Amino acid sequence: MPDLSTDVLVIGAGGAGMYAAIAAAQRGSSVILVDKGQVGRGGATIMAQMTVAVALGQQEPDSVTLHLEDTLRAGRGLCNEELAALLCEDGPQRILEMEHWGTRWARENGHIKQEMAPGHSVKRCCYVDFLNTGPAVAATLRRKVSEIPAIRRISNLAVVDILTHDGQAIGAVALNLADGDLITIQASALILAAGGLTKLYERNSASANMGGEAYALALWAGAELIDMEFVQFFPIGHLAPRLVGMDPIMWDPFRYKLGGKLLNGQFQEFIDRYGSTDFGQYNATRDIAAYAILKEVEAGRGTPHGGAYLDFRHIAESELRSAFGPVIDRLAANGIDLTKTAVEVGPIAHYHMGGVRVDVNMRTRIEGLYAAGEAVGGANGANRLSGNAITEAFVFGARAGSAAAEAAKREFGRWEESLANESRQRLEPFRDNLQRDGATPITLQAELQKLMWEQVGPFRTGEKLAEALARIERMRKEDLQRLSIGGAREFNLDLHDAFELRAMLTTAEAVVRSALARTESRGAHQREDFPNTDARCLKNQVVELKEGELLTRWIAPVRLNRSEASRG
Amino acid sequence: MANEVKKTAHLRIRRGLPDGEGHYDEFEVPFEDGMSVLDALRWIRTYVDSSLAIRYSCINANACKTCMALVNREVEYTCMARLTPGVVTVEPLPKRPLIRDLVTDIVPEDEKL
Repeated sequence: MPDLSTDVLVIGAGGAGMYAAIAAAQRGSSVILVDKGQVGRGGATIMAQMTVAVALGQQEPDSVTLHLEDTLRAGRGLCNEELAALLCEDGPQRILEMEHWGTRWARENGHIKQEMAPGHSVKRCCYVDFLNTGPAVAATLRRKVSEIPAIRRISNLAVVDILTHDGQAIGAVALNLADGDLITIQASALILAAGGLTKLYERNSASANMGGEAYALALWAGAELIDMEFVQFFPIGHLAPRLVGMDPIMWDPFRYKLGGKLLNGQFQEFIDRYGSTDFGQYNATRDIAAYAILKEVEAGRGTPHGGAYLDFRHIAESELRSAFGPVIDRLAANGIDLTKTAVEVGPIAHYHMGGVRVDVNMRTRIEGLYAAGEAVGGANGANRLSGNAITEAFVFGARAGSAAAEAAKREFGRWEESLANESRQRLEPFRDNLQRDGATPITLQAELQKLMWEQVGPFRTGEKLAEALARIERMRKEDLQRLSIGGAREFNLDLHDAFELRAMLTTAEAVVRSALARTESRGAHQREDFPNTDARCLKNQVVELKEGELLTRWIAPVRLNRSEASRG
Repeated sequence: MANEVKKTAHLRIRRGLPDGEGHYDEFEVPFEDGMSVLDALRWIRTYVDSSLAIRYSCINANACKTCMALVNREVEYTCMARLTPGVVTVEPLPKRPLIRDLVTDIVPEDEKL
């Protein structure tokens, strides 16, 4: 017998996971919502101090069509247009639904206030003051989830394997961090909502739990990934001085509310030299800004910490305070006075455009297996617009929850105890780790993060990628098999790290193989040995696991019927 | 500079299980201006003793609110508490049931297995 049983199992309890759980429960399903950290406190959503892009048209005229056009343009021709259209179409109703559930979007003159953000053609981005969007929406969803009796929440439970039988997902095996036990969960439908992969990189904006598990779990279960080479590097992540109590990507709203100059180490503006204009208006897209900053650093014109200066010294203190109120005091506590000093910023891994390949109902090719939020690949193509990530979390979460609940009403495959036992027998020796002569998992994680940053970062070459691939394969085949793991049962982080590393290595390999095969530069994927965009590469790459090997292949992008697209 | 003396912080960390004796382990951590107590705890796990049990998620943003401990006898978010050169004592929250080392039971009852 499985230890737990449910209609819908949601893996990961950030914005997408909680939204999916609510939607599934509203359609009559019993739901188990698990998180390896604490429900509603991990993942990326809660980290977002910034904005949510939706075509509400409350600030100025806007339309779903216009939002879609901006999204597709940023995606450099590679968006799955059906997914992008879904994001834009359903975004407004999700934002209003969140307001109905208690989120207090910033308002003025009786309407939701919307700001400009890079790449958007109108003021479209709503937010919660001050820099509190993520924590506020996470709190709303936590409260909503806790009010629904059909949702069982379980914290500190890390799903480490999806069980499949005859091409159907039938449940999962999970590590209970409280006591180190592996438990089994039967489910008629499962939703992967465990977020992205930013933890693979040394410089990142992630919380501690974004190790790419959703992608690895999908591959192991037989589902496909798409666009894995497109990791978004947030161009102006905070580098120095050391800042605590703030999200490292906090400077974006400062720039689009107040301007703010991006200067190189010699205090010169430089974005215009890289095919974009900026000049205080902040309309360079993320990929161009990241590229320009690192090129300046490479040319010896970087700042002491290897980035660029972000300078607000031309802006009056009163203006800073009226825009960001208490945040100015938090900065002061960190010894930062924006009227006197410029801060140092640079690219950090921030988001993953790639992910699990799904249809518009968030279905993978494995029956009963769904994905939601950042775990989904394709909607944003080669580059994501700022503000689209939380929209995607809500929209795809709601869609996945509804679709999984409908699927769970049908009779699905019976529980196969033998499969569960087989999975346990594979994983328990790994857990109990009979050879203890190797490195600790966290040491190897640090090595992998450094490797990914240096070899698979914002600038890539075939040579660096091939070296990275060789090391990652060796880590998977050798180091992973003889990890040193402490023997404690209670809250054993070595164990947690070991399972996480196992997923990180599979996901890292998918990124590197995809990056190697794309011999051009496009959006967030920049190859120094292939600096131009190549029209022949206007295709997506799909990754799958076949007989233990990760294989990539090319497919044509999913396009919308244009007459349908212009309806909006 | 060749003669630069690297600053260090000394952490005294309360270790152990609820039913055991408990003890303090001492760690020396390279100190950089502005670093947090959580930075030091993560450094210890990565480079010295990965068996140290700690709880955190957002690392830096003070968004997840799960990293609380006693820092020099005061309840603090370890991600917000500034490390200082010299001795810093870190202990688990006193009013929560101890799980192991610095991890206490802060998970709501209805979120447990």
